[in-house]
Amino acid sequence: MADYNVMEMMITVAARELEDGATVGVGTGAPCAAAMLAQKTGSPNLVIMFEAGGVSPLLPEMPISVGDSRTFYKAVMASGMCDIMETCCRGFVDYTFLGGAQIDMYGNLNSTRIGPDHQKPKVRFPGSGGANDFASFCWRMMVITPQDKRRFVEKVDFITTPGWLEGGDSRAKSGLPLGAGPYKIITNMGVMDFEPESKRMRVISINPGYSFKDIQDNCGFELLKAPKIVETRPPTDDELRILREEVDPYRYIIGR
Amino acid sequence: MDVIEEGVGRLLTDPDPDNAREFFRKKSRKMVDKVMSLKDAIEKFVHDGEYLAIGGFGAIRTPIAACHEIVRQGRKNMGFAGHTSTHDFEVLSAGEVFNRVDIAYIIGLEARGLSPCARRYMESGKVEITEWTNYSLAARLKAAAMGVPFVPTRNVLGTDTFHYSAGKVVECPFTGKKLMLQPALYPDISVIHVHEADIYGNARIKGITISDLDLARASKRLIITTERLISNEEIRRDPSLTSIPFYLVDAVCEVRYGAYPGNMPYEYFSDEEHLQEWLKAERDPEVFKEFLKRNIYDCKNHAEYIELHGGIEKMNELRTKEFLIHKEANNG
Repeated sequence: MADYNVMEMMITVAARELEDGATVGVGTGAPCAAAMLAQKTGSPNLVIMFEAGGVSPLLPEMPISVGDSRTFYKAVMASGMCDIMETCCRGFVDYTFLGGAQIDMYGNLNSTRIGPDHQKPKVRFPGSGGANDFASFCWRMMVITPQDKRRFVEKVDFITTPGWLEGGDSRAKSGLPLGAGPYKIITNMGVMDFEPESKRMRVISINPGYSFKDIQDNCGFELLKAPKIVETRPPTDDELRILREEVDPYRYIIGR
Repeated sequence: MDVIEEGVGRLLTDPDPDNAREFFRKKSRKMVDKVMSLKDAIEKFVHDGEYLAIGGFGAIRTPIAACHEIVRQGRKNMGFAGHTSTHDFEVLSAGEVFNRVDIAYIIGLEARGLSPCARRYMESGKVEITEWTNYSLAARLKAAAMGVPFVPTRNVLGTDTFHYSAGKVVECPFTGKKLMLQPALYPDISVIHVHEADIYGNARIKGITISDLDLARASKRLIITTERLISNEEIRRDPSLTSIPFYLVDAVCEVRYGAYPGNMPYEYFSDEEHLQEWLKAERDPEVFKEFLKRNIYDCKNHAEYIELHGGIEKMNELRTKEFLIHKEANNG
């Protein structure tokens, strides 16, 4: 079996979620690498969209910004923020990848602040950007993040971006578009989804070399277990070659 | 349409479309020569205490030259639309230009990291904030551009981002669904950087437009900085290329490389090394003070700033990067 690092593993697992012909709203970094890898492996017709307006570019290299020239290089359209977000809101966008400083058991994300005082925060982060919008509108929201107790917390300091809110049917009651929500959480140790009734995070797949206990020990809340937990399939030689040679030759992401 | 829930944030601008109409009624429609130096345009149209918005996407087609000039002239106590703002926010924070911000995205420079200077300023308690998202601010500009007091959207519901906004949730009179109302945002003054404009302000943007079409229409006053001036005849040769018509525009400033060190699509790529120099210098406030003196306060204009960082040779290099010619060379 090929040797791979955790970033390569997470990107590969994420890429396999993106089926051919789907649409995905992505940011820079690992999500973009996953979308590029998907295009170069099983999903050549994956449509990539960027919040600043780039639609279905032939990405020549990893963008630095979700609005830089690369995000609409040989694209089918160079559009704008409202057009992209309205396309998501109409129900046209299947997936999005997001991240944050904190995530809770319902997949709510915090990228706004740490500390109780909103006007004078202990630590201030960038805020929503387009994350709340993508998570509100795209059918399936995924997160690629390291498994870490400080990140996976019982209660986020601030819900920047909606997951399943307070679980159960709370998201449906909030007025957010029906049927959309967090789908999978991909970490260096495994993959989680959400139990359909309670909407609580549960482990469905464990990466080679890790156990359920490892994941639980690195999580600040109690995780559920799926009825059947499988071992995550590691990257194949082909996936690794494409990722290293074509997607991220300068190791901007996979070298982290 | 009863209000079900309200955000606790303060609305930093007036959403009343009739007040905006009164302003626009008096705005000149004359197609006259509006070309002036950037220094003069900022002096004339950007005032302390007003609400400012900056076009582009943080470090892409962003009027960085104008941001430097605003800092150089020492504007203070402004409101600011933190919509997709990255390097522009970093520069304006360095000058402590604003004291209240509508936040969608601030402090960060996306994949490059967070700005220590902007972070210190935002954690100081000196800045009043109201929370939004990129689409929320885009929708607010769209409402203003439409001349209506709000538009409904379906984002932010159920989150703290809503709670700390100045939006309102209502029940839809047609479907009974909950909707977020995004109040119209009319900036007092905006600056947008474009590829080409004529002397009257008819302007062309190539590539993605982000929120600039609505921003131009929502703004009470608008400064256009342009990579190059073109003739009115050229504008009229193909009016389908015009993104912004002259009557929205108050000043036209020809600023070649006006988005440097950011990326200007189809012109030059971003200067990533220099953007890293900013982030590095900011770690130590004393070092950063010296950095700002050298890069902003002691520079007469943007050309001098660019000269400090490699001048025309650097710009040619960034042009080859923009067109991926450096990659062809590496492969050859």
